[in-house]
Amino acid sequence: MLSTYQYPKFEYVRPPEIAEGRDGHYPVVIVGAGPVGLCTAIDLARQGRQVLLLDNDDTVSIGSRGVCYAKRTLEVLDRLGCGEEMVQKGVSWNVGRTFFREDEVFNFNLCPEPDHHRPGMINLQQYYLEDYLVQRARKLPNLEMRFRNNVIAVTPGEKQASLRVETPDGAYTLTTDWLVVADGARSPIRTMLGLDIEGKVFMDRFLIADVVMKADFPTERWFWFDPPFHPNQSVLLHRQADNVFRIDFQLGWQADPEQEKKPENVIPRIQAMIGDDREFELEWVSVYTFQCRRMNRFNHGRVLFVGDSAHQVSPFGARGANSGIQDADNLVWKLALVMDGKAPATLLDTYGDERGFAADENIMNSTRSTDFITPKSRTSRTFRNAVLGLAEHHPFARALVNSGRLSVPSFLVDSRLNTADDAVFAGNMVPGAPMDDAPIESVGGEPWLLQVLGDRFQLLHYVADAADLDAASVAALQSLAEGPIPVEPIVVAARGRAPAGLRTLIDAKGRIRERYDLQPGTTYLARPDQHVAARWRALDPARVRAAVARATCNA
Amino acid sequence: MALNTQPNLFEPGKRYFRAFSPGDDFYEALIETHRDLSDEQSEMVNARLILLLANHIGDIAVLREAMSIARAGVVAKD
Repeated sequence: MLSTYQYPKFEYVRPPEIAEGRDGHYPVVIVGAGPVGLCTAIDLARQGRQVLLLDNDDTVSIGSRGVCYAKRTLEVLDRLGCGEEMVQKGVSWNVGRTFFREDEVFNFNLCPEPDHHRPGMINLQQYYLEDYLVQRARKLPNLEMRFRNNVIAVTPGEKQASLRVETPDGAYTLTTDWLVVADGARSPIRTMLGLDIEGKVFMDRFLIADVVMKADFPTERWFWFDPPFHPNQSVLLHRQADNVFRIDFQLGWQADPEQEKKPENVIPRIQAMIGDDREFELEWVSVYTFQCRRMNRFNHGRVLFVGDSAHQVSPFGARGANSGIQDADNLVWKLALVMDGKAPATLLDTYGDERGFAADENIMNSTRSTDFITPKSRTSRTFRNAVLGLAEHHPFARALVNSGRLSVPSFLVDSRLNTADDAVFAGNMVPGAPMDDAPIESVGGEPWLLQVLGDRFQLLHYVADAADLDAASVAALQSLAEGPIPVEPIVVAARGRAPAGLRTLIDAKGRIRERYDLQPGTTYLARPDQHVAARWRALDPARVRAAVARATCNA
Repeated sequence: MALNTQPNLFEPGKRYFRAFSPGDDFYEALIETHRDLSDEQSEMVNARLILLLANHIGDIAVLREAMSIARAGVVAKD
């Protein structure tokens, strides 16, 4: 098969523990250099932690697995310092079209609102994502990556975990204060520890073909229900980088995976779909089944599970890697505070609570999509076809068409880290909300709000003219920067520059005011992962400090 | 009153952050209503459901419009 991508081979280096015949100790060890393990490692290392990342392999993901990276993931990658190359290489898209038999019945725009930095989705082969993450990781001197280092035993303890690691030069022992497990859906470490993961297997098979072609398909997601070229089943077409197209055929449970994978069987399916005369070559073919399941608990003392090792979903909606990267986003600031002794270990329980809530939402949405796409009974199929038949002319039915509810972040409204509103606000920026982006002007030159947010607690205080900020407010804002968990004060204003060198963001297009329902005096406390922790109609440093304490389990 | 064919589903007291959520909540409940039923049983459930909803709507002009749209979509020409 053709390859548009040259797989890197990462060098194995003899670990110092083996060379020096001793055990090693690290404050944090991450197992698994997939997208989620890499993001976790990069985020911790950027924040000054000494990180060891172990992987049993020496290259990136083989074949194209994950394809769609959502707006929220791109915002996290931006915070990690590698969003731009992903967006440049990837294919940005917002429009999806849905076909039923021969007709288009419905289309959607993932990002109908203007003035956001990142698109609704990019499509990018997983190997590129991992490749760029490895390149980013290499720029961090306190992040050490060890390839062909396979964890063969884990002994959890009260204060640390102990690992036995196998390499081409033999085995060695490591201890670590914190072990982050990102070793994928089959998670050998989860198995070693005898931890359960529960859910259900879906009785269906899908064929993935990644195809190189110079086709004139537009950069949109096309989804067919029961198309003439593949009757009674569904088909999905996605464009990726390098003119590679992902085609996903539903096959049914009875299909024989070995037969279906053979090029002589795959090629006619694709020819029937795109027409005989267009040239293409296969780059990757596989047949998959899937399951939706999650661990009951993601954190077990010193051992923390992230990504597919903790939860899996059906692929409809691109909620796998996207949710895993949001796990890293949620976990890292909490782990950093706990490692510094600035928050109790119970803060890590909120990682499990918040991401468990997100996992449930992802499983619910992807299960609903699966049930719509692959109806399990005659009646279910009849309803599905009735919805599709009505969708062309009747808007209510379009809203019911479910070809995958594409990954969007969860609103963590029930999180115990939130401080409840004591005033009325319009809009969606409730405590627990992932923060909306908006264009800004600033002395620092950042053109987007989310480029300024993250990595620490921050307080956004709105006034019409920043220059009019009174001395008491200036002093109150400055006082928040002190203390064990500092809060960076930021003045958001329609115009002007705040006194005393306070960081000022100009709400250039009025979108922050609109999206956050700002009035003069309105104040938002942002978590290090760009979620709203609390908000008020007036600035009160005592309340801000109380909200920070609450958001860090120090209350 | 004319038949409303705009998205109109919601659950009182529930806040939605995504436009697709109320419709998906309903659709899941609808399919769940038919879980483990035979085709004949499902047909009977559907008939009962239509009768209950029709009575709730009450306005026969609205019901005639809905019945007309429903039929038109499955019959080539009447």
